[in-house]
Amino acid sequence: MAAIYSLYIINKSGGLIYYKDYGSAGRMDTNDSLRVASLWHSMHAISQQLSPVLGCFGIELLQADTFDLHCFQSLTGTKFFVVCEPGAQHMENLLKFVYELYTDYVLKNPFYEMEMPIRCELFDMNLTQAVQKDRVAFLGR
Amino acid sequence: MQFFGGSEISPSPPAPAAPGNNGHMMYVFNRNGVCLLYREWNRPLRTLDAQQDHKLMFGLLFSLKSLTAKMDPTSAAEKGNLGMPQLPGQGCSFHSFRTNTYKLNFMESPSGIKIILVTHPRTGDLRESLKRIYNLYVDYVVKNPLYTPGSPIRCELFNTTLDQYVRGIA
Repeated sequence: MAAIYSLYIINKSGGLIYYKDYGSAGRMDTNDSLRVASLWHSMHAISQQLSPVLGCFGIELLQADTFDLHCFQSLTGTKFFVVCEPGAQHMENLLKFVYELYTDYVLKNPFYEMEMPIRCELFDMNLTQAVQKDRVAFLGR
Repeated sequence: MQFFGGSEISPSPPAPAAPGNNGHMMYVFNRNGVCLLYREWNRPLRTLDAQQDHKLMFGLLFSLKSLTAKMDPTSAAEKGNLGMPQLPGQGCSFHSFRTNTYKLNFMESPSGIKIILVTHPRTGDLRESLKRIYNLYVDYVVKNPLYTPGSPIRCELFNTTLDQYVRGIA
């Protein structure tokens, strides 16, 4: 549980559509999380430009002094990223699982408008379950 | 769980066959964002001209640093607004990031010298190696009496030692 600090989902134009905090010190307010999300979107794009070889799809893992940031970009450009303890394992699997939940509970929800903030109870519930039960380790099947 | 029929979304280049040619390029910036040194060993793709490339790289590092300083989930102290100017060594920094095609290793000295080494994505932790490179910089550049601080580095001895060292680590 302590392994994960927060989770973000940003749409293809860099807008934050989901943010969940799992107990990081000095919680960010809404404005800050929006800014951080759009900054990440641009950094992700710039990192592709600076690649020395063809076929770069942007940052997958950022290793900071006190945390790791794992990012997963879906084929449609939606980015999922999780902030976790340095060296936390199986985060790619967690992100793919979150993506699965997103497709199941958000995209298939007829009341959900594309690219808008996610307010789906079932998605919230399943996500909390996925993270809290620390299923991270089991997802490495 | 299967994704996209098991195919990889972002294929990465083949694993390095042998150490020796996995270093792509290296940048040294001073704290004003002047590119003191740019070395290139293996760079098939170039999207921008040199000056723009250096600017973009410095901008990326600067912004990533303000991002990590703001995001730092372990300190409850007031971190100020996103993008607040910070002294070298202040706030949470980062030491590397990885994409599917390359890994960027970053080090900042207390005086604000930034050393950036871009390598194959599967190279390990290069923090110690960057410190060694910084030592080379101190030995061959700073101690060179003909070198003016803040000007681009033109020391042949430094370049050859650097090439040799990078070939040894990546």
